[in-house]
Amino acid sequence: MARTLYDKLWDAHVVHQEDNGTALIYVDRHLVHEVTSPQAFEGLKLAGRRLWQAKTVLATPDHNVPTTDRAAGIVDPVSRTQVETLDANCVEFGLNEFRMDDSRQGIVHVIGPEQGFTLPGATLVCGDSHTSTHGAFAALAFGIGTSEVEQVLATQCLWQKKSKAMLVKVDGELPAGLTAKDVALAIIGRIGTAGGNGYAVEFGGAAIRALSMEGRMTLCNMAIEAGARAGMVAADEKTIAYVEGRPQAPKGDDWQQAVACWRTLHSDEGAPFDAVIEFDAALIKPQVTWGTSPEMVLSVEDRVPNPIDAPTAVKKADWERALAYMGLTAGTPIAEIAIDKAFIGSCTNSRIEDLRQAAAVARWAVAQGRRVASNVKLAIVVPGSGLVKSQAEAEGLDKDFLAAGFEWREPGCSMCLAMNADRLEPGERCASTSNRNFEGRQGQGGRTHLVSPAMAAAAAVFGHFVDIRGLMNEARQ
Amino acid sequence: MKPFTTLQGLVAPLDRANVDTDAIIPKQFLKSIKRSGFGPNAFDEWRYLDRGEPDRDCSGRPLNADFVLNRPRYQGASILLTRENFGCGSSREHAPWALEDYGFRAIIASSFADIFFNNCFKNGVLPIVLAADVVERLFVETEAREGYQLTIDLGAQTVTTPAGEAIRFSVDGESKHRLFNGLDDIGLTLLHTDKIKAYEVRRKAEARWLFQ
Ligand code: SF4
Repeated sequence: MARTLYDKLWDAHVVHQEDNGTALIYVDRHLVHEVTSPQAFEGLKLAGRRLWQAKTVLATPDHNVPTTDRAAGIVDPVSRTQVETLDANCVEFGLNEFRMDDSRQGIVHVIGPEQGFTLPGATLVCGDSHTSTHGAFAALAFGIGTSEVEQVLATQCLWQKKSKAMLVKVDGELPAGLTAKDVALAIIGRIGTAGGNGYAVEFGGAAIRALSMEGRMTLCNMAIEAGARAGMVAADEKTIAYVEGRPQAPKGDDWQQAVACWRTLHSDEGAPFDAVIEFDAALIKPQVTWGTSPEMVLSVEDRVPNPIDAPTAVKKADWERALAYMGLTAGTPIAEIAIDKAFIGSCTNSRIEDLRQAAAVARWAVAQGRRVASNVKLAIVVPGSGLVKSQAEAEGLDKDFLAAGFEWREPGCSMCLAMNADRLEPGERCASTSNRNFEGRQGQGGRTHLVSPAMAAAAAVFGHFVDIRGLMNEARQ
Repeated sequence: MKPFTTLQGLVAPLDRANVDTDAIIPKQFLKSIKRSGFGPNAFDEWRYLDRGEPDRDCSGRPLNADFVLNRPRYQGASILLTRENFGCGSSREHAPWALEDYGFRAIIASSFADIFFNNCFKNGVLPIVLAADVVERLFVETEAREGYQLTIDLGAQTVTTPAGEAIRFSVDGESKHRLFNGLDDIGLTLLHTDKIKAYEVRRKAEARWLFQ
């Protein structure tokens, strides 16, 4: 029978099946960070339990780490304790950890793929909802709670019920200057933040195949914002080329066998999906969120919507609340919204390709005699990992950013969720490449507009949102 | 997880509806890196006159004498009697952790919030739903008699009053099995240890690179 990619990944990991549909699923890879793991380790200690397979775990602190001078350590005592607790637990349980001062440290969802820890065909979990990122490698990857973190550490397994399968098919060619971030936001804008509830989503179609691995990771990262616990993309030559030669990738004979297996990681012709949604990439425009949910998104050509036009009474109330929180007036052109800060980073958009796209805008600005606009108080670039940072520096991207007035920081989650010192002040407005624009997400009272890296860099330079397509035309002339 | 078979214990009445998880354990305690030790901070805002902070010793804090759980006659209670929609609010597992650490092994109410209800079973606490009029009667009896105890038998699915009246309650078979045998998800998974090991052998043969 023709099977979907999700069927194949699921079937390969069922350890035991109960009559009521619950299955025990084997977990191949487990990423651990400092925020959701301490209670799990404590639970293991209290019960006197050992780890099932310590070598399937890779740990790193990311949420609480400072992005400025690392040598100064962590000032906030609560943050420091969480990071030190992770360090101590990794020593006690014999886990591989990239500590704060390790050049390989970074956001869990960036370092997993970077190390070849994330592999096609694997199941991968982390106590973090954006674990869906790793599905870009034709892996089954999803976020779990603290009790489940403990369960995976102790047993390598999870109790799961199989989801339904959805295919999001994006055909056509994405216009120049547009990125996977725009595709992700356009999809969420159409299907809504609950559109993927109960589904494992596979992204397919010509436009997805044309995306780089970085782009596919951005897309799968946002699957959770569409309500789907897992997002995935079929494996192809790009997937294999990305993994080859990474520190933890298979070598020699294993590599040959692995590649042969990975070439089967796609949905069979005619495989049944419970839902199929189609998009034409050529019609997608640069996306900017205007509200407090990722589904409140429009193109940079649009105007802030009027709640009167909301499709339902509930949505009308949501829109009114969102506009009040965001300090926006219906009818304002999106391109006229001025920003106070810009943040380029997070597990959505902090990989080398993202930084290249943003740096290109910075370079263009410098050539025009421009720099970060005077109304923009802070524009920071936070690479996703120490290795991304050094590669960017080797390419001179840091110089481009610095010359244009951006700050160049140390890797971590940073202003994505403001658990460290990087945050918005009440009322401040930010062009952000992260994934959540919830109230208070980037700091209490802060106002977040989600955009692509190039759009964020351009907004920093102009002081308000601009259409990256027009800027690219200018750059070409 | 501690198995739950039978429990005879003192009943404490919390006569409020819609007790939310933020009331059960206020949000400042989520910064903690611990899973145990939340008992002294259960119902923190109602229980003490000052504001609680993580890692602060509670033994010297001023108690709110008006809060029912602070009354001498309810010290050592292991059964909490309360009203509808208990445990609403966030999904934090800290709420059942705090109640269990306080000493409650069973909670009787006319209804519970869904996520909290499931979290109780994951953490060794038995939530029992009884009809509103039965709950009302138990409130009257508990308050009328100091030292009022109930006997809960999970196997028989009964709550028995001191007068010998056995009140039946229903519980989903899977949850009952887990709690009765003290099987948390980990314990339950470890029952399948042989299957996990067999899976690993089988899988190693077809995808060796995942095991290096
Ligand atoms: S970058 Fe943001 S979304 Fe990603 S793991 Fe860190 S806090 Fe979560």
